Amino acid sequence: MRAEVTEAAETTAVEVVDLASTPLRELNQRLHDLAGGADGPRRWRILNPNGAHAVACGIDAEIEIEIQGHVGYYCAGMNKLATVRVHGNAGPGLAENITSGTVMVDGNASQSAGATGRGGLLVVHGDAAARCGISMKGVDIVVRGSVGHLSGFIAQTGRLVVCGDADEALGDSIYEARIYVRGAVSELGADCVEKELRDEHRAELADLLLQAGIDDLDPSDFRRYGSARRLYNFHVDNAY
Amino acid sequence: MCGIVGLFAKSSEVEEGLGEHLAAMLAQMSDRGPDSAGVAVYREPAPSGACKLTLFSDDPLQDWDALAADLRNAFGGAPEPGVRASHAVFVVDAEAFDAEAWIQSAHPELRVMSAGQTIEIYKETGRPEEFIRQFSLGDFHGTHALGHTRMATESRVTTAGSHPFSTGLDVCLVHNGSLSNHNRLREELRREGIEFQTENDTEVAAGYLAWRLREGASLEQALDGCLDDLDGFYTFLVGTADGFAVLRDPIACKPAVLAETDEWVAMASEWRAIAVLPGAADATAWEPAPGVVYAWERQKV
Repeated sequence: MRAEVTEAAETTAVEVVDLASTPLRELNQRLHDLAGGADGPRRWRILNPNGAHAVACGIDAEIEIEIQGHVGYYCAGMNKLATVRVHGNAGPGLAENITSGTVMVDGNASQSAGATGRGGLLVVHGDAAARCGISMKGVDIVVRGSVGHLSGFIAQTGRLVVCGDADEALGDSIYEARIYVRGAVSELGADCVEKELRDEHRAELADLLLQAGIDDLDPSDFRRYGSARRLYNFHVDNAY
Repeated sequence: MCGIVGLFAKSSEVEEGLGEHLAAMLAQMSDRGPDSAGVAVYREPAPSGACKLTLFSDDPLQDWDALAADLRNAFGGAPEPGVRASHAVFVVDAEAFDAEAWIQSAHPELRVMSAGQTIEIYKETGRPEEFIRQFSLGDFHGTHALGHTRMATESRVTTAGSHPFSTGLDVCLVHNGSLSNHNRLREELRREGIEFQTENDTEVAAGYLAWRLREGASLEQALDGCLDDLDGFYTFLVGTADGFAVLRDPIACKPAVLAETDEWVAMASEWRAIAVLPGAADATAWEPAPGVVYAWERQKV
């Protein structure tokens, strides 16, 4: 699907928007106007984001966007169908509540990357800070580097793949999301436990790494974590 | 929400343009803190045996020349007021503690914003853009500077409640966050002889650092102590005569970005405040880890 989009897009001109001269709201409005398959450019390049908030937020169209530089809060939030690539770092709340499509960041992402995401794919080629994938509900997240504390907190479903290390309280109060970590986990959160990495998990990992464009890692080097399901029902010993 | 910025010059070009860069950074953080703004600028050290005081007066008709004459009579030398809006800087031929004590007894209507060899603190209520204009921030040359834009959550919007807070000679603190155990800690620190002038939570953190430094802790030890003794959310930026240090609380709710080039080291709440610096696009940028002290110091000559 994604490959087809790329091929088709190559025949289309690239719409270049320079945020040094174009107001951000104007850009986002033009992107929103493409919802529902409306006519308009399918490939976009955004220049000089300079840490602006909510760049390319709320898109509902099968388009490709390249952002040249660092972005601030909530970049590609609520993304639907679009492929958004940030050639730089991203601030807090990257791809928050993404429902489909792909969001990729060449650099690092600040906290709460992919928070509450319902579908689609988020790839961070650098590190993601604290709370990566917090309350994820179906999104797949692949982090080439490491993640900060409380990543995968109350994660409900979807997959979180960490090629580096994970900081404290990984997967705290996790539901049915699956977490894969290749490096060290400094501490598992409440009710998160290591589970057996079976063939179906290796296959799923291989597919996610392939989608993320990572071809130099062996799925067998990862460990799998998930819920021990001890917090599903109220237990008086857990109350304060 | 508040905004923090810090800039540490590694080249003479950046030292020359320090105020201009600081103003551009602070303006970017305006909507994180629209009710007050302040800066600490480290520049033009007072000669050995003398000290530098930054004084604030809430009287728009304050006669700073008369105060200069009083200072001359008390301490000799030829102190000239460096006036910027409601503030004035004096170089006084005395130890900082003596000069500060004299101001407090002879002119209790004035407030000592900072004391030391190199530090100057300026802060006011109002929009950061207005502060930048009133205090001619773009004029400053210097080695390093900190800035803050405030959105008050814990206490009143006043000049005294604005940041930076002085925490001792040449040391100051700016803060994004809120502390929850400041009332009890303020009482404990009062028993240790630390004075407080506001109900502000950050002033308590500043008092805590001042107390730890007074008791012989290094800046790093004092900041490490914050992790045990302060309860709440914070990203701190601490300025010293030689540089600055950054600390985030272990939960790291409040944002922070660090960036470095061959020309400068910068800290800010958000990237957009760093993006205005020359060469920012090629800077090494990262998010400081929670509970870890990051410090930069220039070589002591």
